Amino acid sequence: MKMNLNDNISQRLAFGNALADLGSEYRNLVVLDADVGPSSQTKIFKDKFPDRFFQIGIAEQNMAGIAAGLSTMGYIPFISTFAVFMVHRAGDQIRNAIAHPRANVKINGAYAGLPTGRAGATHSAFEDIAIMRSLPNMTIFEPADAREVELCTRYALEIEGPVYLRTVRCDVPVIFPQDHKIIPGKALILTEGHDIAVISTGMMTARALEAEKILRSKGVSVKLVHMPTLKPIDKEAIQEAAETAKTILTIENHSVIGGLGSAVCEVVAETIPCKVYRLGYQDIFLESGDDEELFEAYGLSSHCIVKKVLEILNK
Amino acid sequence: MLDHTKYLTEIANNLRKVVLKSANNAGTGHVGGSLSEIDILTALYFSVLNIDPSNPDWENRDRFILSKGHASLGLYSVLAERGYFSKELLDTFDQTGTKLQGHPDMNKCPGIDFSTGSLGQGLSIGIGISIGAELRKKNFKTFVLIGDGESQEGQVWEALMYAGVRKVKNLVAIFDYNKVQLSSMIQDNIDLEPFAEKISAFNWNVIEMNGHDMGPLESSLKKAYHLSGGGPVAVIAHTIKGKGVSFMENKFEWHGKAPDSRQLAEALAELEGGQAK
Repeated sequence: MKMNLNDNISQRLAFGNALADLGSEYRNLVVLDADVGPSSQTKIFKDKFPDRFFQIGIAEQNMAGIAAGLSTMGYIPFISTFAVFMVHRAGDQIRNAIAHPRANVKINGAYAGLPTGRAGATHSAFEDIAIMRSLPNMTIFEPADAREVELCTRYALEIEGPVYLRTVRCDVPVIFPQDHKIIPGKALILTEGHDIAVISTGMMTARALEAEKILRSKGVSVKLVHMPTLKPIDKEAIQEAAETAKTILTIENHSVIGGLGSAVCEVVAETIPCKVYRLGYQDIFLESGDDEELFEAYGLSSHCIVKKVLEILNK
Repeated sequence: MLDHTKYLTEIANNLRKVVLKSANNAGTGHVGGSLSEIDILTALYFSVLNIDPSNPDWENRDRFILSKGHASLGLYSVLAERGYFSKELLDTFDQTGTKLQGHPDMNKCPGIDFSTGSLGQGLSIGIGISIGAELRKKNFKTFVLIGDGESQEGQVWEALMYAGVRKVKNLVAIFDYNKVQLSSMIQDNIDLEPFAEKISAFNWNVIEMNGHDMGPLESSLKKAYHLSGGGPVAVIAHTIKGKGVSFMENKFEWHGKAPDSRQLAEALAELEGGQAK
């Protein structure tokens, strides 16, 4: 879809459009929905390719199983619903009918993390990465903006085997230019710096970029690393960050348990041990409310990121 | 025709012995459910299914999914007899490094159309295959064998609802209704009755018969095969857990146990004694 730098575009809209675009190229792409198509925007694909869209009803387990079966017939099924129901309700099916047999099924975890439209604890998936990351054969993408949603959706189809694409509901500024490229499994170094390495993923990267600008104006030199692929994790980039800055801060729209922060700790612990601080949800269930008020309360606004960095550096 | 039925019955009776010997050899295995399903599997693989064991990935083959994946020994013994792999492989069942995992693995064992093990999942996978076949304009059939205890899983009913509403074609669900689950008789657990009425209310064509009487069993499966062209068909096969070995029959204790050597000898003697109808 058409987008310019700094446009605020929701990832769900970018995902729905990307699917519809890819549907022409990939005649074997089929999309399965569990009654959230108008929310997750798979309805754009449905309108364009009604014969390749399957409404499964509110039955996530059945949806995952049907997708696994479809994959044996040479189709590439993209199943899509809210991340929290996808990963938990259909967790066993994703594990046993998709991940273990290496079924070529793509999974969109929509409405990931905090921004669920004031839906609160039951709908906020803050632990989906922790679960999906522990599954063998699973590739995980968490795109930063609408541009990366398009790129990751395409990569999901190109990669043979299960892929989990984590997208958010809310508008996120487009931070990457039209010629932006990513390589699956590789991090992107957004700024070079030596006082601290900030490693972020998904929608948090836009906030980390804002924070970096403020910090730079205060004389703090930040190495900003963006990780659109969470599995396989880019170990070299993490080691390099640890070497350069000696201190790492991770930022994610996810629990600090099991997500990006944990993945970074796992890598440095085995290679170049250094101090790692983790911003994210601190082992809590989330609540209803305005997205930005909640991000602020949980320490995930750009302003909070600045404060955290200064605190770490004793400035 | 009678000779044909007798031929199938003899194969099934022999495979009962194979199941018991393999379980004894491995010191493990789910013999109860393997013995209840063996006549069904024999009828499918030696008569009903359009398959080519020398080309297990043939794209127009009929598909079979063992949703009750724990009863793998029954399926392995049939696949070996049908020539999908060497019978010697049965001696490796459940042993370290084997192709014959405790639960069927499509990436390890020839002839396995989909990996199973976690109960309740096979019918959804079968629906996916059937939908894919229809999109590709193929007419092969997909058979899914489901346990009765397994049918307590909610996903089975999600799948039944979907296939009934959408009239999924060329899909047959066979229920191995042996009335016994891991820890008790079904009626002492969460009973399924009225089972046929429930499935029928989900808009499936339902056929019921004795799952051990080879003649009617084979003809019912063939009937289901043809009827499924118009929408999903459920075959409720009334079976006996541990069928053919009197001390195993209807005993939940034999759900997931292998016979020791003395029990094996006793069981084989009984089967040699001409249980064949």
